[in-house]
Amino acid sequence: MDLTLSPSEQAFRDELRAWLEANHPGALPREEQGSFEFRRAWQRRLHDAGWAGISWPERYGGRGASLIEQAIFNEEIVRARTPQLANVLGLAMGGPTVIAHGTEEQRQRYLPPILSADEIWCQGFSEPESGSDLASLKTRATRSGDGWVITGQKVWTTYAQHAKWCMLLARTNPDAPRHQGLSYFLMDMEQEGVQVRPLRQITGEAEFNELFLEQARVPESNIIGGEGNGWAVAITTLMHERATLAFGLQVSVQIALQELVEHAERSPGSNGRAAAADPLVRQRLAQLMIEAEVLRLNAYRGLSATMQGGVPGPEGSLAKWHWSEVNQALTELAMDISGVRALAIEGDGVGDNNWTYRFLRARANSIEGGTTEILKNIVAERVLGLPRMR
Amino acid sequence: MNFQLSDDQRAIKRTARDLLASRYRPETVRELADDERGFTDEQWLELAELGWPGVIVPEADGGLGLGAIELVVIQEEIGYALAPTPLLSTVSAALLLVAAGDQEQRSRWLPSLAAGETRGTVAVWDERSGWAPDGSELESVDGRLTGTKVAVADAASAEFVIVAGADARHSLVRSDDPGAEIAPERSLDPTRKFYTVKLSGACADQLRAGDGERITRAYATIVTAVAAENVGVAQRALEMAVAHAKDRKQFGRAIGSYQAVSHRCAQMLLEVEGARSLCYWAGWALDHDPAVAVRAASMAKAYASDAGFRVTAAALQVHGGIGFTWEHDLHFFLKRAKANGHAFGDGRWHRDRVAELSGI
Repeated sequence: MDLTLSPSEQAFRDELRAWLEANHPGALPREEQGSFEFRRAWQRRLHDAGWAGISWPERYGGRGASLIEQAIFNEEIVRARTPQLANVLGLAMGGPTVIAHGTEEQRQRYLPPILSADEIWCQGFSEPESGSDLASLKTRATRSGDGWVITGQKVWTTYAQHAKWCMLLARTNPDAPRHQGLSYFLMDMEQEGVQVRPLRQITGEAEFNELFLEQARVPESNIIGGEGNGWAVAITTLMHERATLAFGLQVSVQIALQELVEHAERSPGSNGRAAAADPLVRQRLAQLMIEAEVLRLNAYRGLSATMQGGVPGPEGSLAKWHWSEVNQALTELAMDISGVRALAIEGDGVGDNNWTYRFLRARANSIEGGTTEILKNIVAERVLGLPRMR
Repeated sequence: MNFQLSDDQRAIKRTARDLLASRYRPETVRELADDERGFTDEQWLELAELGWPGVIVPEADGGLGLGAIELVVIQEEIGYALAPTPLLSTVSAALLLVAAGDQEQRSRWLPSLAAGETRGTVAVWDERSGWAPDGSELESVDGRLTGTKVAVADAASAEFVIVAGADARHSLVRSDDPGAEIAPERSLDPTRKFYTVKLSGACADQLRAGDGERITRAYATIVTAVAAENVGVAQRALEMAVAHAKDRKQFGRAIGSYQAVSHRCAQMLLEVEGARSLCYWAGWALDHDPAVAVRAASMAKAYASDAGFRVTAAALQVHGGIGFTWEHDLHFFLKRAKANGHAFGDGRWHRDRVAELSGI
């Protein structure tokens, strides 16, 4: 065991840290479109300096970074409190999927504008009646001339309003067994047959959308991984979503926890003392610190296991589920510390400076990107080897 | 960055797993649970031959000179086997002697402890101190101690007891001292023997070279070792529950196919792996990163104390009625986990430490 960074890993971290400090773009504008363009510009700046898609092979614009470097990157970019990159779905999911399953021509065409944020990506998987049971999806693609015509409805489509491309999972063969009748398309969002309608969520903002597809057209050359192989390709996308998540998430929890401690120290508790002096608050803060440490350590353990054995250890499957519980508990404690002031929504009610917003936003953590129930199924079946649930 | 055990550490783990599995079969554990002393000379000598009592004792003092991480590895396997053994008590006494004994005291006791010729134990809890090693009021007057310590593990089979006294001063009291009365307690956990040690002017050899920081680190190592034992106990209970859930059929199918059962098992895994990560980290930090080690140890102990109980209790629930019987082995795991949870500070106690060490 050695929980220190090697000299070269440390050098990588120091270089990145220094760059982030020198190039931090400042605070995000509040207004939606302006804030997205701000994030696009931020990603361009990273890309120009060679910091976008670092784990991608060098010939596709990455720097062939190792897993540990990717982990360090995810930690540092969160630690520096920089804005989220505009093309986060393209970078974390779309690009790796095209690299794994695309043709050389597709890689040449699609990868560079993902890195530069010239073309934003979104993901069209979930449907109103197909959430956790994704393979039951009904969006239908039928052959027409030298391409496909697609009709159906998608939901929870983050950044659809900004996106050029949608990673779209649709049924190409309704007669095949349900996992085999699916294909993975790259759909141009800029066309008549695609309607985007913002979906307002419990925080009041609209991060994601409903997508209505009415005779949307996709050329044959925009299938990834071949007709009928959509399920396997989609799994790659989902695996990438989960694999790269843990490091950024654990750092964001550490940062939130520091803010929570400050919140507890500043907020009145009982008997004229700070909330942080309340024994129950102290216990809950300490428990969160311990859980946050577990998130960090499990992320590193998972990484070590992957580096040595090629497959993540059991702790890797727990990361997203555990994180969602910790983040929810953290924001719940923040609300309890706020007391009646939690009822007042500050400012425009959006953003990390507002515990009420974060409390509400955290409710989605155990749903988005795989519900806790589905993640527990995966752990039970694949890690513990329990019989499949029927 | 590498969170994997080294080849040597893995070898220790394998040896421990195999040996303990063959020496502490369920029927043996059951016999030892009923036995007053709780282990045989033969069993002790075998562990002594492996050098385990002196695993973390410096080579200059006759030990193996290995680190806290090796102790964690061994302790995890002790827990997995649910081995009733005075090993942890002797290791704990050795840790305090290393931290606070002067040269004479070290050379008098450590080589024979490390060789397994002598056994020791540690007495902390009294009415005044709780588990705080510096909270006792036991004063040594003219080299004599008076007061009562409870939940002292393996005291009757140890040659001496390291007693935590006022201001974190620690003293060595011989078990056969006329002023020391050692009475067995009827304990929750029959796989470890606990005693009340009543001192009435017992002759006390104060450990003369201790400073607060070294003693704090010795206790951090002890709590990490207890926490690691709970990782092993919980791991085994999880495996028993999963095996049962695959095997047991109700309503025509294995109960492990019901989410009410399988999700409970997944939760057990989450807690076992969390406790394991913290214990390895604490062990590593004790060896390599002293600035964070004490806090890491309290984190490990807090988490493993709660997880140990919750996981074994969940395993019992998965087993249903059979798990509640004396005949089934599960109750020994639950009892050991709960008792370990209390030893050297429970979850609440260590969370309070974590808060304090975090400046809250």
